[in-house]
Amino acid sequence: MLEIRNLHVTVEDREILKGIDLTIRPGEVHAIMGPNGSGKSTLANVIAGREGYTVTQGEIRFDGKNLLELEPDVRACEGLFLAFQYPVEIPGVANLYFLKAAVNAVRKYRGEPPVDAMDFWDLVHERMELVKMDESMLKRSVNEGFSGGEKKRNEVFQMAVLQPRFAVLDETDSGLDIDALKVVADGVNALRSPERGFLVITHYQRLLDYIVPDHVHVLVNGRIARSGGKDLALELEEQGYALYNEEPGRARRAAV
Amino acid sequence: MTDSTQTLERLAASDYKYGFVTDIEQDTVPPGLNEDVIRLISAKKQEPDWLLEWRLQAYRHWLAMKQPEWARVHYPPIDYQAISYYAAPKQKGDGPKSLDEIDPELRRTYEKLGIPLAEQAILAGVAVDAVFDSVSVATSYKSKLAEKGIIFCSFSEAVREHPDLVRQYLGSVVPYRDNFYATLNSAVFSDGSFVYIPPGVRCPMELSTYFRINASNTGQFERTLIIADEGAYVSYLEGCTAPQRDENQLHAAVVELIALDNATIKYSTVQNWYPGDAEGKGGIYNFVTKRGLCKGRDSKISWTQVETGSAITWKYPSCVLRGENSVGEFYSVALTRDWQQADTGTKMIHIGRNTRSTIVSKGISAGHGQNAYRGLVKILPTAENARNHSQCDSLLMGDQCGAHTFPYIEVQNPSAQVEHEASTSKISEDQLFYCQQRGIGMEDAVSLIVNGFCKDVFKELPMEFAVEAQKLIELKLEGSVG
Repeated sequence: MLEIRNLHVTVEDREILKGIDLTIRPGEVHAIMGPNGSGKSTLANVIAGREGYTVTQGEIRFDGKNLLELEPDVRACEGLFLAFQYPVEIPGVANLYFLKAAVNAVRKYRGEPPVDAMDFWDLVHERMELVKMDESMLKRSVNEGFSGGEKKRNEVFQMAVLQPRFAVLDETDSGLDIDALKVVADGVNALRSPERGFLVITHYQRLLDYIVPDHVHVLVNGRIARSGGKDLALELEEQGYALYNEEPGRARRAAV
Repeated sequence: MTDSTQTLERLAASDYKYGFVTDIEQDTVPPGLNEDVIRLISAKKQEPDWLLEWRLQAYRHWLAMKQPEWARVHYPPIDYQAISYYAAPKQKGDGPKSLDEIDPELRRTYEKLGIPLAEQAILAGVAVDAVFDSVSVATSYKSKLAEKGIIFCSFSEAVREHPDLVRQYLGSVVPYRDNFYATLNSAVFSDGSFVYIPPGVRCPMELSTYFRINASNTGQFERTLIIADEGAYVSYLEGCTAPQRDENQLHAAVVELIALDNATIKYSTVQNWYPGDAEGKGGIYNFVTKRGLCKGRDSKISWTQVETGSAITWKYPSCVLRGENSVGEFYSVALTRDWQQADTGTKMIHIGRNTRSTIVSKGISAGHGQNAYRGLVKILPTAENARNHSQCDSLLMGDQCGAHTFPYIEVQNPSAQVEHEASTSKISEDQLFYCQQRGIGMEDAVSLIVNGFCKDVFKELPMEFAVEAQKLIELKLEGSVG
């Protein structure tokens, strides 16, 4: 469902991604691991369409559509979701109102009428339980004054309500204690389905104990240095990324 | 003559049907201002001598005054002798003949705001024979109010029917010497609204000039006087969200509010006068003096304004907190785009003990818009334990606009607590991207963020008004991003 071919991306004339190839099929969960500065978040942002990233080569296809030609909101309406590493605060806009605006925007794109108020309320409550979110968070302004854990939980909650076909989780585990991590992971696992794909970006192996991936890729210095099954994450946990950093030549061979 | 027939007559203003009074030979006096013009205005309105004398005093005082230049607004000099200071109520044939003659852009806006056709016509200045629905609405409201002893009528009518009340309070909050524009208004004011709420009465509905369409064409020098007697409550709405056209460029209104012991006045404004075209040509100069006096103990005056129109806005709805424990509030959203300029804010003058005031100002600038908050918090030596909290936030959209904050704080009593918070921000790329990533398009994302920014003010507006104000801001911001 998501195909990335030879993707090169520069930020302010500096090349960050140097030829990424990645194919994710429906129902698969892929994890991208890598040290800080390897280009993990750049990949997430380019998929979602954030400004400030220049694709110099390559392409991203989402169900055959050229994703790079689409505005960020159109990508979202097509069923792409990004759980932000740093969720943004929108003062004065209630969380529930924001979510309803998002749901209706997607429905409008699909040519559907606005969501029925009662249906929406039911859906929201069902999904709130999934991430063990307190009802008071619906009335509070989007992410304003939320703790780090609440923000991440809110991202997973939004994902659960919007039910995207493909979701990118950008370091959703960072800053979470173990309990919050489990809640977030449970939320993601509940959404796993044969039709839905996930790209889970993380620095630590820990998250992958709870969200067990089908494939793990190691991103180093803008390239996928190695790909493997879920055991690769464990191996990385023991050995660290140093191996790849010091010997990029070897790492590259390993990826082939 | 009954109230309703008067209302109807003004409304219809149709010469052949109602035989437009023959003793008025001219509908409009020639441009220029002198004592004769003032005498003529007063005579045409059949005013008592004391009021004519008051007007003349104001005029004589005005002659020695200079147009203020301290505000952060720029405009070519106004030729006060080129303005005509009296125009008879509009007659059929003056304005556009039908809605078909109205600027399609304006009509599109009306339609987006969901304004009924009949009201569209009135707002656009189309001379309509009569709008019977509105008249009956206005009439039924009037009788309901009369039952409670509430007086709600045009200023001219109040001068005729309730001269003692007018004489007692006119100029008691904004003296005729107050400032250049208020003084000019005192000399030449045309008409406006008058409200009196008797002791202990809670006005059962939001009072709105909207229901008194006859007053909507009182034009450039409007005068409003609202008195809430002991223990009374009133909520007054001024203006409407629909864009209003007016051929008069200069507007200099005066609003005076008086709250006696335990009385509360809530005054809400949505101002959407013609702002000029995209190049900055035309547009209303809105130079308004609004002030409330919390005269009695435990009284409260609350101003809420949403200022989106006019080429230039110069207004500082203020509170003089004289009564012990009295409360003043000012909630403002001012939006400037294209070449609009706004210099607006408030004055909170603390005189009585334990007086409290709150200021929440939200300025939004887009295009080449310039937006200034100017506010004074003054604590006099008598104001033991006075409290003020001010919050002034500015939101910038684009890089050609400007936001400026001029807070003046004068504290003469050491027991006072005065807090001022200010912020200036841009709609961040992060916020926009976050919304877009959830499927919300760019323009909708901007509306969402701006409405969130204004929420602390919108929640002070009466419910229906708040919804309209939100829609209005969305419309105003269309095309200002991207």
